[in-house]
Amino acid sequence: MQLTLEFGGGLELLSNSVKIHNVNVELKNGAEKLTMKDLLAWVRTNLIKERPEMFMKGDSVRPGVLVLVNDCDWELSGQLDTTLEEKDVVVFISTLHGG
Amino acid sequence: MEEVADTKARKGAARLCSLCDQRRAALKRPKTLEQICRECFYMVFEEEIHRVIVENQLFKPGERVAIGASGGKDSTVLAYVLSELNRRHNYDLDLFLLSVDEGITGYRDDSLETVKRNEIQYGLPLKIVSYKDLYGWTMDEIVKMIGLKNNCTFCGVFRRQALDRGAALLKVDKVATGHNADDIAETVLLNILRGDIARLSRCTSITTGEDGPIPRCKPFKYTYEKEIVMYAYFKRLDYFSTECIYSPNAYRGFAREFIKDLERIRPRAILDIIKSGENFRISTNTKMPEQGTCERCGYISSQKWCKACVLLEGLNRGLPKLGIGRSRGLDNDGRKDMKHSNGTKNIESKQCGTLDF
Repeated sequence: MQLTLEFGGGLELLSNSVKIHNVNVELKNGAEKLTMKDLLAWVRTNLIKERPEMFMKGDSVRPGVLVLVNDCDWELSGQLDTTLEEKDVVVFISTLHGG
Repeated sequence: MEEVADTKARKGAARLCSLCDQRRAALKRPKTLEQICRECFYMVFEEEIHRVIVENQLFKPGERVAIGASGGKDSTVLAYVLSELNRRHNYDLDLFLLSVDEGITGYRDDSLETVKRNEIQYGLPLKIVSYKDLYGWTMDEIVKMIGLKNNCTFCGVFRRQALDRGAALLKVDKVATGHNADDIAETVLLNILRGDIARLSRCTSITTGEDGPIPRCKPFKYTYEKEIVMYAYFKRLDYFSTECIYSPNAYRGFAREFIKDLERIRPRAILDIIKSGENFRISTNTKMPEQGTCERCGYISSQKWCKACVLLEGLNRGLPKLGIGRSRGLDNDGRKDMKHSNGTKNIESKQCGTLDF
């Protein structure tokens, strides 16, 4: 599945300072759909090059990291249960820095 | 054909804004758990801040106000919203951007570039004051001398005075800072964890220092950090977002982590902690520090010398621990520590900037 992932708020530092990633994520064997939970695991393995604890805590993102799917708060679509579709844009923004 | 219908069904099921019932909901407000669209979000966000400003009488018409601007998310959004509300509701304020350069390479020099852009983008005159000019030391130099502990103590103390100093140079009546609800909840917790009763009694005040040189206020006191970031994201506001390189060692980090975990379970907790903090009453038996003035520079102080003077004295005499920790005064430890500082290279004494108030 083709997706566009964006990192903001300093998270880009964890992925070689690259803010925008155009990726192709493969669904797990036998899976019909891709959820945010799957995507997070994929991101941690494939895009996060250092300090994964800054991005994730357990199965979800570290508290303080906002997630938007197609410019909508993921809290509206079920957080980890949100299903993703082809060409979706997922944005991760960290709020954990000085103001 | 079925696929198309499915997609339409999925999009159709997307929630509508609970305020206007017309547009698609874009975010869930942690404060109220409402699901609202972008346009309604902008409106409630801005108008709530306007209400806070009016109900707490933060400003008076004709005042000159300096916005503490670091180039970060809170101060950038504050500058944007305050300019907008100033226009929309005719506050009749003269707004300025005030920035402090602590001299942290790779952090502050980059964020200052953002403030310079903000100056142009928002049309607000900018003033930058630096630690180097005021105190003769940059944070990088200070950290080299004291090591990686207690950095925030030095920086925080110096920054507060630097802001007052800059505000005096700009001849403003008030300073507005971007401290948000999350920050204040963290501070309440931090003060509880440390047993700092004096600070606990003051830290939830929306306006502080009314009896000092220049009062300060926090228009974002009840504004959630998440909403500030969402606002900046949707409006494509330009801000700088990297953690200060010295901050990972700060104690506040623990309070922050805890607050964020709490927010996930019960978002309202942040405002409730602030409310608890506002309603603390100090036991009459508790001895509280009395406010006076610093003998050396005249700044507000509860001790003979203000914290900044004590810390500077420590730096200039090669005594990095002076003023750090409890009951380490100037007189007693001054003599004791002299013997222990064998290993430290004596940095040539720098002249402190004059700090007359």
